[in-house]
Amino acid sequence: MNIKQLLSSAAVAWVSTAFLVACEAPPPESVQRGPAGTGMALVYNSDDLSDVIANNIAPEASPQLPATGPKAGDIYQNVEVLGDLSIGQFTRLMTSITEWVSPEEGCNYCHVAEGFHLDTKYTKKVARVMIAMTQRANQDWGDHVGNVGVTCYTCHRGKNVPEYVWTNDPGRPHAPGIMTAGQNIASKNAAYSSLPNDPFSMYLEGDEATAKDLPWRVAGNTALPKGNNPANIKDTEWIYSLMMHFSDSLGVNCTHCHNTRAFYDWEQSSPERVRAWHGIRMVREMNNNFINRTTDWLPEHRKGPLGDPLKVNCGTCHQGAYQPLLGAEMIKDYPTLTRYDDATKAVYVDDVE
Amino acid sequence: MIEYQNIFTQVQVDAPDYPGVPIGRDEYNRIGGITHSWLAGKLGDAQIGPIYLGPFGVLSLIFGFMAFEIIGLNMWASVNWDPIEFIRQLPWLALEPPAPQYGLSIPPLNEGGWWLLAGFFLTAAILLWWWRTFRLSQQLGMSNYLAWAFGAAIWLYLVLGFFRPILMGSWSEAVPFGLFPHLDWTAAFSLRYGNLFYNPFHMLSIAFLYGSAILFAMHGATILAVSRYGGDREIDQVTDIGTAGERSMLYWRWCMGFNASMESIHRWAWWFAVLTVITGGIGILLTGTVVENWYLWGVKHGIAPAYPAVDAALVVDPLMTEAQ
Repeated sequence: MNIKQLLSSAAVAWVSTAFLVACEAPPPESVQRGPAGTGMALVYNSDDLSDVIANNIAPEASPQLPATGPKAGDIYQNVEVLGDLSIGQFTRLMTSITEWVSPEEGCNYCHVAEGFHLDTKYTKKVARVMIAMTQRANQDWGDHVGNVGVTCYTCHRGKNVPEYVWTNDPGRPHAPGIMTAGQNIASKNAAYSSLPNDPFSMYLEGDEATAKDLPWRVAGNTALPKGNNPANIKDTEWIYSLMMHFSDSLGVNCTHCHNTRAFYDWEQSSPERVRAWHGIRMVREMNNNFINRTTDWLPEHRKGPLGDPLKVNCGTCHQGAYQPLLGAEMIKDYPTLTRYDDATKAVYVDDVE
Repeated sequence: MIEYQNIFTQVQVDAPDYPGVPIGRDEYNRIGGITHSWLAGKLGDAQIGPIYLGPFGVLSLIFGFMAFEIIGLNMWASVNWDPIEFIRQLPWLALEPPAPQYGLSIPPLNEGGWWLLAGFFLTAAILLWWWRTFRLSQQLGMSNYLAWAFGAAIWLYLVLGFFRPILMGSWSEAVPFGLFPHLDWTAAFSLRYGNLFYNPFHMLSIAFLYGSAILFAMHGATILAVSRYGGDREIDQVTDIGTAGERSMLYWRWCMGFNASMESIHRWAWWFAVLTVITGGIGILLTGTVVENWYLWGVKHGIAPAYPAVDAALVVDPLMTEAQ
């Protein structure tokens, strides 16, 4: 073999090797979970993981103020939520919310100089709904939020509008009279698969009675057909798309919740799957009973192309992390957001249940 | 002396123009001029052309082109005839089969009718091309191994897009035309029917597929390794074994105690390739029609072992807990 042949062979070998292994760089890391043999391996890309860590740092908590002294609801006017906090606690929370949601605009993002009690700006009214929503999540959705809880920062991260929100998808422009099936277009929602690109409108809002009949559990639960499972491949693609969103928003693969040998089987799943199950219901309640209630008075520029408000999905809080802010228990420092008082309950929660 | 130990062909197989054996009254089917290409000679024979197309080849190309156009134009229409979006989104675009509510009826064109038409033209093109493979073998006095092998692949194609949808009573069960969409369909198919990996015909198909690859590699490597002794004249050596055949067979006998013969290795290769798609087709055909959940079928028949739970805490279906 002469030098020329040797070099050309080496070049071909190198290029084909590079082609085969360069599908993902750096090489993914695999973490075994559960007993060996179950195949419950979690796969991570170390570059992505560093990004997730950098993007999910909880801010330092501001110093606590005493719970004693007059109540905010007695001193200030027009306090519907948070009325039973002391003036100190109330002020501390307002300052924190400013840092979390409108660090540049300051108090004026929601309040007007003519009187802080005035509901002139829509943002103040939204804030009230959002506070009630946060309290509801922390008080009644512990099955999902656990000790990590939810604060304004979980979603907002210093921005007026959280980065990851969704609205009903009007579909992409297409020639008249052509079926698009709501899929087969590159979409972040379906994690760039060709699956249906708006699983949210179907699964993450709408009343519970309708939601119950949606194609959630598409896999058969008998070995042979018994005629009791009407789910078809298209149904499967819808729930598959929602699952792609779960995976993408949490930065995990299927095995975070499922044992992929039997996706449907709860007993072979991890406890996270139950947590996610509650999460779906929590998010649907947030969208139905809190966010969609703002539709009537929300300005147009805060709505989607079909006139619905910007809504919540898994990514809104999780932002690429398996737990929001990688499990930082931020809510411990903000006990005022962990529960609603009777006044709030009367306005926001009673007709939820 | 020509050196064989190279990953590329070192021999330029080239000769004066040669149209092939006379074929009598079908001579007019053999069309196109003859050119010679050094690059083609690196990969195979340096002579390019003529080609035997024949009326079935022409019809097949026309039908194939119609299917290609229907699929492509539907995809382009789905991005509003935007040429840039068409290129950007091409891997995602699809022509979908009709929605489930249409069953096996013929839907309007824009509701899946185009899918049926494209499927018809593509199937016609493939069957016509199959007839051409059959015809070419006849013209050359060959037997029909090629046509039957291609037929096996057509079996899998027809199961996916025709036989199984008919048994399931809905065109919507068929595969969409599209790059990513048909892959996502495949994953959804496995999810719906409880994990195709527990389907024994899927297992066989994979074994034959990987087996085909390794047989091809073993055979190619063996013949190249003895080509300095004339091993590339393998067919001569089926009946008149020379030192090349002797050495290659001894190699595998010494390696694993058993060896194929110069003739039988080709049967091995043919059957492995053909069984890949035959078993695959059977596996797809049984899915949803005869078996609802392949994992549970595997449990029932003792091929899916039980493993310890993932977590110490028992995980229970929350709908069951709620019901209590």
